[in-house]
Amino acid sequence: MRSIYKYFYDIFHGFYSLWTGMMTTGYYLVHPKKILTQEYPDNRGTTLYIAERFHGEVVMPHDENNEHRCTACSLCQMSCPNGSIEVKSEMIETPEGKKKKVLKQWIYHIDLCTFCGSCIDACPSDAIRMSNEFEHASYTKDAFLKVLNKPGSKLKSKEK
Amino acid sequence: MISLSDITQWIHKMLFQYLNGTVAYGAELVLAGVAVIALVVAMAIIMVYAERKFAGFFQMRWGPNRVGKWGTLQAIADTVKLMLKECITPNNADKPMFKLAPIIITVVGFLALAPFAFAKGIVLWDMNIGVFYVTAISSLSVIGILMGGWASNNKYSLLGALRSGAQIVSYELSAGLSIAAIIVMSGSMSLNDIILAQTDGWWILRGHIPAIIAFVISIIASTAEANRSPFDLAEGEQELTGGYHTEYSGIQFALFFLAEYTTMFILAMLNITLFLGGWMPFHIPGLTVFNHIMDFIPGIVWFFGKTFFILFLMIWFRWTFPRMRIDKLLKLEWKYLLPISIVNLLFAAFITLMGWHF
Ligand code: SF4
Ligand code: SF4
Repeated sequence: MRSIYKYFYDIFHGFYSLWTGMMTTGYYLVHPKKILTQEYPDNRGTTLYIAERFHGEVVMPHDENNEHRCTACSLCQMSCPNGSIEVKSEMIETPEGKKKKVLKQWIYHIDLCTFCGSCIDACPSDAIRMSNEFEHASYTKDAFLKVLNKPGSKLKSKEK
Repeated sequence: MISLSDITQWIHKMLFQYLNGTVAYGAELVLAGVAVIALVVAMAIIMVYAERKFAGFFQMRWGPNRVGKWGTLQAIADTVKLMLKECITPNNADKPMFKLAPIIITVVGFLALAPFAFAKGIVLWDMNIGVFYVTAISSLSVIGILMGGWASNNKYSLLGALRSGAQIVSYELSAGLSIAAIIVMSGSMSLNDIILAQTDGWWILRGHIPAIIAFVISIIASTAEANRSPFDLAEGEQELTGGYHTEYSGIQFALFFLAEYTTMFILAMLNITLFLGGWMPFHIPGLTVFNHIMDFIPGIVWFFGKTFFILFLMIWFRWTFPRMRIDKLLKLEWKYLLPISIVNLLFAAFITLMGWHF
């Protein structure tokens, strides 16, 4: 008896679940407004939407005084699995006469980068972040070698 | 009002007036053949476009929208591309069989078109066992599939072909039994007579419960016979890289593709002829005025309207349901569809015997 009940239950339940699926796709069919496709080259600069958390490239934010937060500790360089970061630092003498290591060049080889985000996680001073810029195509290889710290930029002094 | 059959009658008279009997007959055969090929190719192009466009909308995409307005020329561009491509035959393939398989499968598709009545009096060959002929011929396509899979000398092709064989052979059964339910009710195997028997109303309405059950089973079985999703594990892109036509390219691949859509088209036509009255307009007995208004819509419009409705259902299935596993597929047939359709056939016979249909 139970097995007979189960047999017919399976049939009707099967039809019910198929019907639910068909209603879902049918709903999409008659609601073209819901279409997710972005017609990319056409909507460039107008309605193009890239999610904020998209891993596009590594950038180093600078504030209005041209100051970044990188202390040249090279933890990002060590954490990168592909060796796409070179942190070049130099020793300078501060006005107080102390020796200090400061960032000279933060070199980013975007052509080696897999956009994993390890460097961002590794950075103790939140000096770098991911931007959602994705149009990196270029005809020359030089375009893939970026220096992230702007010329003449300095380390931001610690907030007291 | 000039109907399509007047035009064919006129061509027939013209030919026999100006040519002698044998030549005129030959000319008619050629004309019919050309008409069939044109119809199938046109339908295939329309269906490919419709399929891709609907697929897009079902899945929240746009579908083709770059070639021509709304992407209308996409299917034609694809056809031209396939025709221009080289047909590659693998080195260790069984060459004659490999070349024969797509031809056989296409020929089978064209042959099955013969007994269909497209409108009043438009039928290529009105034979008295039309339904039987269509089921017999369309199940031959499995030979083409098996040949293609075997001759390719590729394990994926062979697996795809064997799966397809198992599937078509099993689903023929329930398709045949659900068709038999309608044959019992209308008492004829000629597709023309079955359509004429539906003058007072289509079988799906007049035959109530058994006809509806038969219709549902027949639609499921047709989807399976056409190797379409959710029963498309003969192709199974993910596991089999394309199934029995993995090794085919160019026009040979196009023939397989055409055959797939021809099968789909034929099964849709068979279903509407049996259940939805073929070219017969929608009639309600008693409402003479309504029936006359319906008669003004030509039969060919009814026919293709209904065919496209069934094709739309199949497209809807394909882009909604996930693919079935092979054991589940066979379980569905042997444990569910077959027993139900046997009982349904008996039920239909009983209802016909008691005269309980309308
Ligand atoms: S995102 Fe990953 S691969 Fe790219 S620079 Fe950072 S750690 Fe290296
Ligand atoms: S970006 Fe962060 S981790 Fe890398 S060197 Fe600068 S402070 Fe250190």
